[in-house]
Amino acid sequence: MTLNQNLSTVESGLKSELRKKGIVIATLEDFYNWGRRSSIWPLQFGLACCAIEMIATACARYDLARFGAELFRASPRQADLMIISGTVTKKMAPQVVRLYNQMPEPKYVITMGACSIAGGPFIDGTNVLKGIDRYIPVDVHLPGCPPRPEALLWGITELQRKIDGQEIEKNEWYQRGLKREFPIPEFGPKGLIPKFNPDVWRPETASRRRERYGDPILLGKKTAAPKFETFGDPNVKVGTV
Amino acid sequence: MNPAEIKTKLESEFPGIPIQIVGEGLLLGPEDLVRVARFLKESGEFKMNYLSSITAVDYLEHLESVYHLYSVDQRTGPVVLRVRVPRDNPRIPSLVHLFRSAEFQEREAYDMMGIRYEGHPDLRRIFMWEGFEGYPLRKDYLPENEDVLEWDDVEWLERHGVTVPAEYKQYAQDLKAAGKEARAERPKPGAEAV
Repeated sequence: MTLNQNLSTVESGLKSELRKKGIVIATLEDFYNWGRRSSIWPLQFGLACCAIEMIATACARYDLARFGAELFRASPRQADLMIISGTVTKKMAPQVVRLYNQMPEPKYVITMGACSIAGGPFIDGTNVLKGIDRYIPVDVHLPGCPPRPEALLWGITELQRKIDGQEIEKNEWYQRGLKREFPIPEFGPKGLIPKFNPDVWRPETASRRRERYGDPILLGKKTAAPKFETFGDPNVKVGTV
Repeated sequence: MNPAEIKTKLESEFPGIPIQIVGEGLLLGPEDLVRVARFLKESGEFKMNYLSSITAVDYLEHLESVYHLYSVDQRTGPVVLRVRVPRDNPRIPSLVHLFRSAEFQEREAYDMMGIRYEGHPDLRRIFMWEGFEGYPLRKDYLPENEDVLEWDDVEWLERHGVTVPAEYKQYAQDLKAAGKEARAERPKPGAEAV
């Protein structure tokens, strides 16, 4: 005998069949998720040119308010979405992780643009982090350089789809002992320590990028610059060199 | 005013000064830089009162610091000064007391190329953090391999309560035992640009 049948397990086929007849079945979970996904409060901070697109998305022409995510909060303690909009340099990475740690649950992350996904055009730079997902978990990767405002709207609706699919009873932030804080990297003599957090991210065993393109650092021809001295007078000795 | 004219003017002002025209620039010794810059700034003829940029160049055999001077009053310029120093001991007198705009640019050249500007009031790293080793824009600088954990990283992660997978730990230990660092590979000799 099954009393207290869980309505959230009504199958979607039946739901859509009833909807055609004008009957809408909604569960508590639907309302709960609808409320959550319709009031995403992003964290107000930008790192590079993607931030300009993010600002444009929030302004009147693209109007992020239509999707309920217009309330940019200046404090991580009031935000539940972090849009990492731009290049994360190694000097900035500890602060980004610290902001993530200070956000309350439930919290989501969108990486906006090629730089925050994997380093982007600066992937060979010594100063740029090769993707913020080395230190914190990411929900939506949003490619582009920079992504247009429509793309950011797509990213947010994608995140809303993800929120819609979450179940109240299985939500991880209601589980006992959840601690979604990640150690903040430190500055070392050669770069950040650690280089990545193996709990969050692990390098691919075979780097597809290296297979496909080789290592661009290796390929650059590093030779001496042309000898401009031939233009001058070779008899005049200048300086100590 | 072309470099040859400036050179003759400078030679008449400072007799016996070694100056060489290299490209569009005037190659000076580091000991002559300050007096030449002061003359260019203060003489009524040049009035080079704006130091637009200081750049450092790595020529593999030596380092160079390149100065671009403009005259805002006379709308002339640039006068390009180049100072050449050895790689192992790059020391150049600072121009901060003549041009305040030199302060951050000299710090940048120090940070990226390791040229020490003597007499600079506050010569610290500007882009990289204190404690960073090496000068990233020198041509022999090898960046770290960021896909490999080293022993420092493993120790740090374990101190912060992260369990490191055994194979990473083993690899880091092997690297440490071999006394190696995980750096990007050195370019192969004769490798052509693609």
